[in-house]
Amino acid sequence: MSTTESVTIAPMRIDAPQRQTLPPRERLEQVFDIDELTARYGGRPAIKSVSLDIYKNLVTAIIGPSGCGKSTFVRCLNRMNDLIPSFSMEGSIRYHGQDICADDIDPVAVRRRIGMVFQRPNPFPKSIYDNIAFGLKVNGMKDNLDGRVEAALTKAALWDEVKDRLKESALGLSGGQQQRLCIARAIAVEPDVVLLDEPASSLDPIATASIEDLMHDLKQDYTFVIVTHNMQQAARVADMTAFFSISRGAEGQRWGELVEYDATEKIFTQPGDKRTEDYVTGRFG
Amino acid sequence: MASIDTPVRPGRRSFTGRRLRPADALLQGVAAIAATSAAVLVGLIAYKLVRDAWPAISRYGIAFVAHDIWDPVANHYGAASFLFGTVLTSVFALAIAGPLAIAIALYLTELAPRALRGPVTALVETLAAIPSVVIGLWGILVLGPFLAHHVEPWLHSALGFIPLFGSPSTGPQSIFTAIVVLTIMILPIVASICRELFLSVPRELKEGALALGTTRWEMIRAVVFPYARGGIAAALILGFGRAIGEAIAVTQVVGGGTIIQANLFSGGDTLASKIAASYQGADSNIQVAALIYLGLILLVFSLVVNLLAQWVVRQFGRGQGAVSRASARVGATA
Ligand SMILES: Nc1ncnc2c1ncn2[C@@H]1O[C@H](COP(=O)(O)OP(=O)(O)OP(=O)(O)O)[C@@H](O)[C@H]1O
Ligand SMILES: [Mg+2]
Repeated sequence: MSTTESVTIAPMRIDAPQRQTLPPRERLEQVFDIDELTARYGGRPAIKSVSLDIYKNLVTAIIGPSGCGKSTFVRCLNRMNDLIPSFSMEGSIRYHGQDICADDIDPVAVRRRIGMVFQRPNPFPKSIYDNIAFGLKVNGMKDNLDGRVEAALTKAALWDEVKDRLKESALGLSGGQQQRLCIARAIAVEPDVVLLDEPASSLDPIATASIEDLMHDLKQDYTFVIVTHNMQQAARVADMTAFFSISRGAEGQRWGELVEYDATEKIFTQPGDKRTEDYVTGRFG
Repeated sequence: MASIDTPVRPGRRSFTGRRLRPADALLQGVAAIAATSAAVLVGLIAYKLVRDAWPAISRYGIAFVAHDIWDPVANHYGAASFLFGTVLTSVFALAIAGPLAIAIALYLTELAPRALRGPVTALVETLAAIPSVVIGLWGILVLGPFLAHHVEPWLHSALGFIPLFGSPSTGPQSIFTAIVVLTIMILPIVASICRELFLSVPRELKEGALALGTTRWEMIRAVVFPYARGGIAAALILGFGRAIGEAIAVTQVVGGGTIIQANLFSGGDTLASKIAASYQGADSNIQVAALIYLGLILLVFSLVVNLLAQWVVRQFGRGQGAVSRASARVGATA
């Protein structure tokens, strides 16, 4: 299957007003320090030797062709790949200086600090209210439950639409509403980082825009890592962008690699690598 | 992909004129015949039972179910003690097997090391394949004596203040042995339905819960159980139906008896075991009719349980595939 992005927007226009220039990298606070990360499924590498730093209170976008290991990469960041039996990894992922892949680390505790929103909305088969209250309860945030639920729904720009039907099943919501509910659910437990794996791929432009606005509004409090296929989206929301690509070995092996990681503006206007340029200008094929 | 010249398509059909193709018609016909004949068969069986039980029905009426006397000498019959035995054995068997089966299914789908899952699943399924008469034999030879010598005295001394745990039985046969045998028989059925149900819980849902920082157990409670709830209920009801209808193994180990006794360690009979044990030796017409009347009650009982299971599944509307597959299997073995 070829996944040619049929966007022909060169040079990429970036919404100037809402973007302030980034301070130099050494002045930014690191949340993740990923070093030589290689992830395998059943021995076959999905990504090889990925090294990058993710900075606090920024939105970091991960872009690249299908199968280049974007999902694999973000799922490493909250130990979600532990659930896949054939998975193994090498290298280190330091989160605020602590190696979260060490043997004595409890993945449950990691996931409490690092939340995740998935490609397909996956609300629990419970009421709207309980979808949010559940995470609060298991995280011991039982005080002022109603207030916390309302705050989370408000942050996710969903409160006005659902405030009269909190006790109804979440499965009755539209796809976009469900996804915003999943975002509300993730931010309600006050994580430090929120990972979003193509959160808008099943949404219409309006719902997509509302999710993008939301990230923009919330990034003072959180650090976002967003995987996206949509380069305009990356250009709109991300401060930093990492471009992954597929490399091929002599015997037909394929694996994903980090090609370039820089300020979004730089990636889209003056990419340092030919592959990045081809991809962001839509010449990838 | 290389482009291929579009081949000329001969004989395009026009859109108008819906017609039934021969294969469709054949399939429809076969399906209709099969469906009707199943219904007709149940009807015929019920009719035959009512007709042959008629002497007993006309003599005792519905009060038959409340009479607790079964006396071939005086030629006087009632079903109450067998109904009691049926309910007692099946309820207890379900109460033990249900939670155990759910635990086994959870273990096999969520908790066990992956290398163990396959072999243990196969073992559980094999348990379901053991013929009931073999389990019954094992019940008399091994399980019964063990329960009578070790478990019953212990239960009696610990819980003897409850009438159910009265004085231990003297031989290997008792209602208690029947309960344990039934437990062993329905356990693999309920466990394998529940396993399929748990496997059918979408991975996204489980990941969604885990991504919030839930432990595995919290995830199971929040996502797996609610998702599989209706299916679990139906599986339990089907297991119950299996326990109600089991004749051979129960007849072998239940000990026989026509008195209602609260003591689990005494002998007794169920509807099914009484029919299996006494039909051959029945010598009066009215006794045969009374036994068939027992069969009729059992049939109604089983139909009600099955309908209840279907209703539950429809209420919850989930896990239907797993349950109906399993219910076909229960039907085949019962
Ligand atoms: N559970 C898994 N088991 C085995 N291989 C996997 C698994 N998940 C992903 N892979 C493989 O790892 C590679 C990277 O997959 P990944 O899902 O991370 O790509 P992606 O960049 O997210 O693609 P997409 O944009 O299509 O979502 C692919 O070759 C894929 O086949
Ligand atoms: Mg992906």
